[in-house]
Amino acid sequence: MSEEKKKAFQATSRKDAIKTMFKGTGYLAFGGLVWGGYVDNKKKTELVLRPPGALKEDSFIKACIKCGLCVEACPYDTLKLAIPSDNKVVGTPYFIARDIPCYMCTDIPCVPVCPTGALEMTSLYTEDIIPKPDVNKIRMGLAVINKESCIAFWGIQCDACYRACPLLNEAITIEYDKNERTGKHAFLKPVVNADACTGCGICEHVCVTETPAIKVLPLAIATGKVGSHYIKGWDPEDEKRLKNVNSDVDNDKDNSGAIDYLNNSDDLLEDEE
Amino acid sequence: MKNNKYLILRRIIQIGILFLFFSGANFGINILKGNLSTAIVLDKFHLSDPYAVLQMLFTGYIPTVEIITGAVIILVFYSLLGGRIFCSWVCPLNIITDFASYVRKKIGIKPALKIKTVSRNIRYYVVILGLLLSFITGIASFELINPISIFFRGLIFGSIFSLSAVLIIFLFDLFIVEHGWCGHICPVGAVYSVTGKFRLLNIYHTYENCTLCMKCKRVCPEIQVLEIIGKETGKIKSSECTDCGRCIDVCDDNALKFKLKM
Ligand code: SF4
Ligand code: SF4
Ligand code: SF4
Ligand code: SF4
Ligand code: SF4
Repeated sequence: MSEEKKKAFQATSRKDAIKTMFKGTGYLAFGGLVWGGYVDNKKKTELVLRPPGALKEDSFIKACIKCGLCVEACPYDTLKLAIPSDNKVVGTPYFIARDIPCYMCTDIPCVPVCPTGALEMTSLYTEDIIPKPDVNKIRMGLAVINKESCIAFWGIQCDACYRACPLLNEAITIEYDKNERTGKHAFLKPVVNADACTGCGICEHVCVTETPAIKVLPLAIATGKVGSHYIKGWDPEDEKRLKNVNSDVDNDKDNSGAIDYLNNSDDLLEDEE
Repeated sequence: MKNNKYLILRRIIQIGILFLFFSGANFGINILKGNLSTAIVLDKFHLSDPYAVLQMLFTGYIPTVEIITGAVIILVFYSLLGGRIFCSWVCPLNIITDFASYVRKKIGIKPALKIKTVSRNIRYYVVILGLLLSFITGIASFELINPISIFFRGLIFGSIFSLSAVLIIFLFDLFIVEHGWCGHICPVGAVYSVTGKFRLLNIYHTYENCTLCMKCKRVCPEIQVLEIIGKETGKIKSSECTDCGRCIDVCDDNALKFKLKM
């Protein structure tokens, strides 16, 4: 090969190498964006009820390895692993309360079998000297009532959810009210108490209406958050939050400049000239 | 002479493992419970998919000791024994991709993309991309699309809709790229290729017996590993070999065999 030809060959092969590298990076970026987009999309579907003892949703989806051991441990077939058409994080366990709710087994068999720590027993133990698992500490979601479709709010006696709730008279209580329409009947309205509701979904399962008037929603969706700037002034416990608050307002600032600026009309006069 | 010894043996093991998991989930027999992502053996110890655990670590979650030791056991076991021996002898998707390859040869379908134009190294980039995306998105990214585990869960827990993932792979292999999934894309096989460099179980070629019929090359899903056929005696070096033994099955001249050798 002549020197010139050799150079030309090297040049094209270098050009080719750059081209290949460029192409490779392009493919990689393309694949990464499509794949990443899909992953991100799946991740954002948070309307899902997890098994007892689950970590917070964003940690849970990191931790769960999709082994299905919790599903196999559940004697009621409550738990399912998501399949691609479910629009949930594929392979992770969830349950649909209307179909099969969680019946809150006293020994909570689905939790200790979890090998990854995605489901965690520690949060469910009592504070006794010899801690025992306590189903009432489970928080899978919160039941929410839609008054308009609950027949008890129409004045028809129902209380199916109230009776079915494993925390009868704690998670759901009945509120009595006068029925002004008839003048002689009472409303027996179910009310959910967030402090006690475990999110088991038995109420949703038994609700008599066509689509349930009471539904369990994931806690992140069903609950709000006040923020730190509201304080219950009537509650000595909550008032304590004010104790170490630094309420000194910085009053030493020299703001004469601002006042001067407002009083100064020089430039106004200037404009008129 | 038609010899399918290793093919039959592999299918028995693949389906046997599947059946053990199935009976673990459905009949309460505790030999193997869970699935290929993580299993518990005899209710005693765990085994885990190393690539799944690696992705989990990249999301920033540190799993339990059981999971990490389970992944190490699996990684060491497959790597020492045969690297991609997982592919040919355990992975359920292998049955599907083998079937696609069989059908393609039977009815003579020409794939849309020539095998030579699609790099076999894509899979190694998929491995890296999977870890990178797990790190960025905070969720094990390949596990969200992993057709092996989707298929496996579908079989064990009986959700037929999961089979669409398998159908995609089947059609891709059949019409678009020959050995497309396992030979070019799957990062699970790629991980075992990388770690299987020093495997003990190898395919061994005896050059003197070879009649250059090239039947082995026609049947091998990773044809590039068979470069020494008809040239020299020795073991197949490339750890992209899946130790499937198809080449041994089809060789009529006793030129190929399994051999335990570092
Ligand atoms: S507590 Fe019982 S019913 Fe509820 S998910 Fe666990 S095993 Fe199933
Ligand atoms: S047992 Fe734990 S890791 Fe396995 S599927 Fe259930 S939550 Fe996920
Ligand atoms: S989800 Fe319904 S049944 Fe279960 S504890 Fe809450 S209110 Fe009661
Ligand atoms: S079961 Fe349904 S309709 Fe009846 S009181 Fe409860 S929420 Fe209302
Ligand atoms: S390459 Fe992947 S899908 Fe194919 S057999 Fe191996 S692990 Fe299974």
